Amino acid sequence: MHSSDLARPIATEGVGFGPAKPRAIKLDGSDLLIRSISYITITLFALFCLLPFVMMLSASLSSEAAIMKSGFGILPKDFSLAAYEWIFKAPKQIIGSYVVTIVMTVFGTAIGLFIISMTGYALHRKDFPFRNHISFLIYFTTLFSAGLAPTFLWVARDLGLRGNYLAVFLQLLMTPWLIILMKNFMRTVPYEIIESGKVDGAGDFRIFAQLCLPMMKPALATIGLFLALGYWNEWYLSSLYLGSTVEFKPLQYHLYNIINTANALRNSVAGSNVSVTALPSNTLKMASAIVATGPILLLYPFVQKYFVSGITIGAVKG
Amino acid sequence: MSGTDTSRGPKSIWRQLADSKVLLLMCVPAIIFFIVFNYMPLPGAWIAFTNFNYRDGIFGSPFVGFKNFEFLIKSGQLWTLTRNTILYNLAFIVLGNILQIAIAIMLNEVRLAWFKKLSQAAMFLPFFISSVLVGVIAFNLLNYDTGALNALIKQTGGDPIKIYSSAGAWPLIIIMVHLWQSTGYGSIVYFAAIMGIDRSLYEAATVDGASAWQRIRFVTLPSLKPTFIILVLFALGGIMHGNFGLFWNLVGNNAALFQTTDIIETSVYRMVLSQNNFTTSTAVGLYQSLFGFALVMTANWIVRRINKDYALF
Repeated sequence: MHSSDLARPIATEGVGFGPAKPRAIKLDGSDLLIRSISYITITLFALFCLLPFVMMLSASLSSEAAIMKSGFGILPKDFSLAAYEWIFKAPKQIIGSYVVTIVMTVFGTAIGLFIISMTGYALHRKDFPFRNHISFLIYFTTLFSAGLAPTFLWVARDLGLRGNYLAVFLQLLMTPWLIILMKNFMRTVPYEIIESGKVDGAGDFRIFAQLCLPMMKPALATIGLFLALGYWNEWYLSSLYLGSTVEFKPLQYHLYNIINTANALRNSVAGSNVSVTALPSNTLKMASAIVATGPILLLYPFVQKYFVSGITIGAVKG
Repeated sequence: MSGTDTSRGPKSIWRQLADSKVLLLMCVPAIIFFIVFNYMPLPGAWIAFTNFNYRDGIFGSPFVGFKNFEFLIKSGQLWTLTRNTILYNLAFIVLGNILQIAIAIMLNEVRLAWFKKLSQAAMFLPFFISSVLVGVIAFNLLNYDTGALNALIKQTGGDPIKIYSSAGAWPLIIIMVHLWQSTGYGSIVYFAAIMGIDRSLYEAATVDGASAWQRIRFVTLPSLKPTFIILVLFALGGIMHGNFGLFWNLVGNNAALFQTTDIIETSVYRMVLSQNNFTTSTAVGLYQSLFGFALVMTANWIVRRINKDYALF
């Protein structure tokens, strides 16, 4: 159906992770030179990408005195777990934030995935007469929007969601891009499957739930990961709609406050009876960042491939 | 694709509704979502033409015509914001695509599977983190008292730099951070395109005695051209929209840097959140939406003329 140059590579699953194709090409001087340059440049760039993470971890494991004296560096200075001890001395805030974020991520991903896959399926069905109308309704939102201020007024004031976790939770459930991505993934389900379901007299929802969904596991994994990452990394909507109205802020917004305001740093670890200057604020900021990001970094190696397929499949239009 | 369709002639709308009610129902949650969160706020854009106050509401507030826009134009603010947004995006698009293509080509030259896997994992990692963390990293590197850069300068006997008050340094910093965060991710599309190039082209080139450089120059790069053109055109279509999270977490409310760092998104966010200024922010937002809309339509029109298959609609 699609023979364009762009669509062809994109249909292949897990691009870049298969073994390199054997090529019987003899290496001459220029080959060797290009290959060495490639290895060296890629190594340097990969290190450049990793270095800030290493420095953050090292800083969190340093003593505050050493950092004050000689600044952040690549390796831990005067190894110390003091910053983590501060965080876990009064862990109420960070645990509260973890719970809020985990609950939002789990439910948001599950509900979002369900709605997105239903919609993607219906829009993929060529015998659905309203598919173009609905696709346009969804797609148009990426072309034109009211902008931040009217949206903010509408959600906060008219819907009355200011200070309500729902303002954050609901708005992250889906994006037009994820629905288009799901629709593109649906192409991997042969249309004959749907046809055979219809011949057997199965209803449209049953065809979706029992025939299509089981074949859509890679799509569900990819889109689920994008959703989960959206919830986990969320701080923006929280800053708009939650502000300081809730006791437990979503994790990244909690981190945002720790980094940007001294009081938030103090309140997060010790309550207001400790003076700000008594805190190891530099190392504490880094340790908080590590604690807030840890799960992503730990899960990363296992989920990375799903993002690759998402990006390559999402690169073609819907 | 016709298979079981036995209908003759066009069906009435009611018949279509009845036949596809289940599929329609499956779309209802998404339709409600987009209506509530994307369409219902649209009438609020009217605020741009009013002197909005809470008590009178959106349509009760006094109408002022284009006054809000006049103010934005006369104060020069609209020009600064537009210039910053567009220049940053241009730098991101040009440098980003060059780097992404270079990385993709070099990844293709790499033969060791474990090396490829490991380096890709490292290069994608910055894309996975929240922009708040990007702010933390910038603080780690750049702050005056303990930042790693100043630590290095002090060690080598120099005087530390007040980076957070030197506006001139920030275009470079923001561009570097953007490239750091998005190059690995962006290279995936190009890498996929390279994997899709017909292998026999390379074999033919080798038989003809082409060197590795010549194979890149005369096979890989020309094959990437369509992908490149399409990606750049669509990126240009979105040139009025900035990466809010990146700019806000790097610069935030630091007014000393605004001249070189303030983009439309950060300015609107600040107006709404810390100044409660809904009229000017709505005007800027409407201007951005309309201008952006025209650009996307133009980009799509051009893409359509190049190759219909790639057009968005």
